[in-house]
Amino acid sequence: MLRLENGLIIQGSFRLHADLTIEPHLNYAVIGPSGAGKSTLLSALGGFVALEQGRLSWQGRDITDAAPGARPVTMLFQDNNLFPHLSVLQNVGLGVRPDLRLSAEEKAKVEHALIRVGLGDMASRRPGSLSGGQQSRAALARVLVQARPLVLLDEPFAALGPALRNEMLDLVQALVSETEATLIMVTHAPEDIRRIADEVIFVEGGKAHPPAPAATLMENPPPELRAYLG
Amino acid sequence: MALRALKVSRASGISAAVLVVALILAALIAVVSRAEFGSGLGPADWSAIRFTVWQSVLSAVISTLLAIPIARALARRRFFGRALLVTLLGAPFILPVIVAVLGLLAVFGRAGWLNAGLGMVGLAPLSIYGLQGVVLAHVFFNMPLATRLLLQAWQTIPAERFRLAAQLGLTPRAVFRGVEWPMLRQIVPGTAALIFVICLTSFAVALTLGGGPRATTIELAIYQAFRFDFDLNRAALLSLVQLGLAGGAALLALWIIPGVRLGGGQDRPLQRWDAQHGVQRILDGAVIVAGAAFLLLPLGAVVISGLGGLLQTPESVWQAAATSIGVALSSVAVLLTLALPLAGWIASAKRGGVEAVGLLGLSASPLMIGTGWFILINPVADPFAVALPVTALVNALMALPFALRILVPPLRDALGTYGRLAQTLGMQGWPLWRWLILPRLRAQIGFAAGLTGALSMGDLGIIALFADADRATLPLQMYRLMGSYQMEAAAGAALILLALSLGIFWMFDKAGRWHAEA
Repeated sequence: MLRLENGLIIQGSFRLHADLTIEPHLNYAVIGPSGAGKSTLLSALGGFVALEQGRLSWQGRDITDAAPGARPVTMLFQDNNLFPHLSVLQNVGLGVRPDLRLSAEEKAKVEHALIRVGLGDMASRRPGSLSGGQQSRAALARVLVQARPLVLLDEPFAALGPALRNEMLDLVQALVSETEATLIMVTHAPEDIRRIADEVIFVEGGKAHPPAPAATLMENPPPELRAYLG
Repeated sequence: MALRALKVSRASGISAAVLVVALILAALIAVVSRAEFGSGLGPADWSAIRFTVWQSVLSAVISTLLAIPIARALARRRFFGRALLVTLLGAPFILPVIVAVLGLLAVFGRAGWLNAGLGMVGLAPLSIYGLQGVVLAHVFFNMPLATRLLLQAWQTIPAERFRLAAQLGLTPRAVFRGVEWPMLRQIVPGTAALIFVICLTSFAVALTLGGGPRATTIELAIYQAFRFDFDLNRAALLSLVQLGLAGGAALLALWIIPGVRLGGGQDRPLQRWDAQHGVQRILDGAVIVAGAAFLLLPLGAVVISGLGGLLQTPESVWQAAATSIGVALSSVAVLLTLALPLAGWIASAKRGGVEAVGLLGLSASPLMIGTGWFILINPVADPFAVALPVTALVNALMALPFALRILVPPLRDALGTYGRLAQTLGMQGWPLWRWLILPRLRAQIGFAAGLTGALSMGDLGIIALFADADRATLPLQMYRLMGSYQMEAAAGAALILLALSLGIFWMFDKAGRWHAEA
């Protein structure tokens, strides 16, 4: 369980309060207007933005000041999720060992992950020669080998077409259930919530509201959420 | 709270910075300890100061003024070989000074092509020695630099302006006043200031073409006080003057010096509609031909006379060539050891004046550092025995400001784009360099290494201070041959030196680009 107690994030004149509990094995969607702080919230959980006040803990252990790589978290960003100068195999391999000194066993694990996401024959290719969907698959293969308990998605599929995006979301859902991970994803689309989310975190007016069950929330949204959904 | 940024090579970067500062400060302290301030400067010293400033002013003004029509012509013409010519404008930067001097002598010297032409029409020969020779050589080196800077600025003028000018049917004069002059007013002072600062610390040009009471720079005066009189007090005093003058000018000029882009990428001519016919076209053609000839004739002379002299090169030249290769490669190694951690630290630090560390090497003159270290080493060891390591080290320090200017911006880009990804993967230390920074910066590292190698290969500065009869780099050996009037052997040495300088640059630069991807 991930606990963010009394969190406050300040960036210039922007302030965001958050007090949340993230339960294991559920899928969370983070929604809200542009500029409300959805990405900032994810960045704080991932360790890229420091908390001005408050405490972040994982299974009771304080990780408020832990470096991004030392958190139980893997994160996909809107872009630049792959190093363009490395092969797909190396990119995924970095998720196993940051120095890329892979044993035969580890290499097999990486190859297995590539097969799992449908890129078995692309291992030696560079990201630049892959399509957008294949690049997303490569990044997801790395999420799979990292097997961290929390997977944060900051709209990594925003540039894909609707059909491809749904395909990726299905793949994500399958992968997180295989690794028994918790998913927290930023989205703009109500249909994503219906497709994948168990719980919804609504970010608006300088506040990240505590998670609420997706089904009830979408059926009976409070006024601010109704205004946002239109 | 701001973004938690990736910290790259903080400890090693700070260590490198401390080392650089300590090397320069130690030299400075040694110099100060030997300077007797009461003794003051003699009339010869004052004359050296005056000459240094005056030739720098002339070199800066003439280089910049000549560069304006050439840059203008290059900006609005397209012709076969234009890209090559623009690339060649970068060549003087890696050209050994002494090689260029030999080429200039062949064209403008006593028995050169120009005087042969003047003699045929019955005019008295011109002398290349003294003020005019020093300025000529400085213009040869800096006019191309100025042209590149101005051309770069010309190409930042939005195409829409020229389209509008064409639409309105403006005359070339009106285009110049309305579109080009405002740009020039911004870039010209900085360009001239940069050249002024570069020429202040000129040594090899003054050594070969200047000299005597009326054409001695401070740098040359330090050398003479040191080498001929072994007057450490005077050398120390002059070093302080040089540091104050060059350092002060560099600091002042820093505000107006434009960003120097040393790389390629300036071969993209803008579509222009004005001045496509008539007088303007002919004038531009003449300017380009004259500019190219000024650049290429001396180089051509080096190659032609060098081919003849190759067979006459004594054994000592080949030995010196081997020494120079060793010095240049060591210099590259030292530079990369210092510049890479420094660049990593600077690029990931939160702004601030850390970049100034690299500039320290620019404002401190090589001969000042040399004098200081001679004073330090002398009591404990034979300074001549360490001539080559000291040369390699000082060459690396001199190249450091350029290397940082080349490395820091792309490193900052790489961290900005891929820093978060590297952080989520827990990449730090060596893996971060091995898998992110080195592959992303290969081209720039190769370029910086090539530049350093070429600068070191052709450097005739500190080695002249330290060397004895047994130890010489190729530029020094060539200078000695010229001094003893073995001009054919010197010409052969010049060709070898030219090939080595361009070769080491080409090799590293190519290695950086070879198989470079995405």
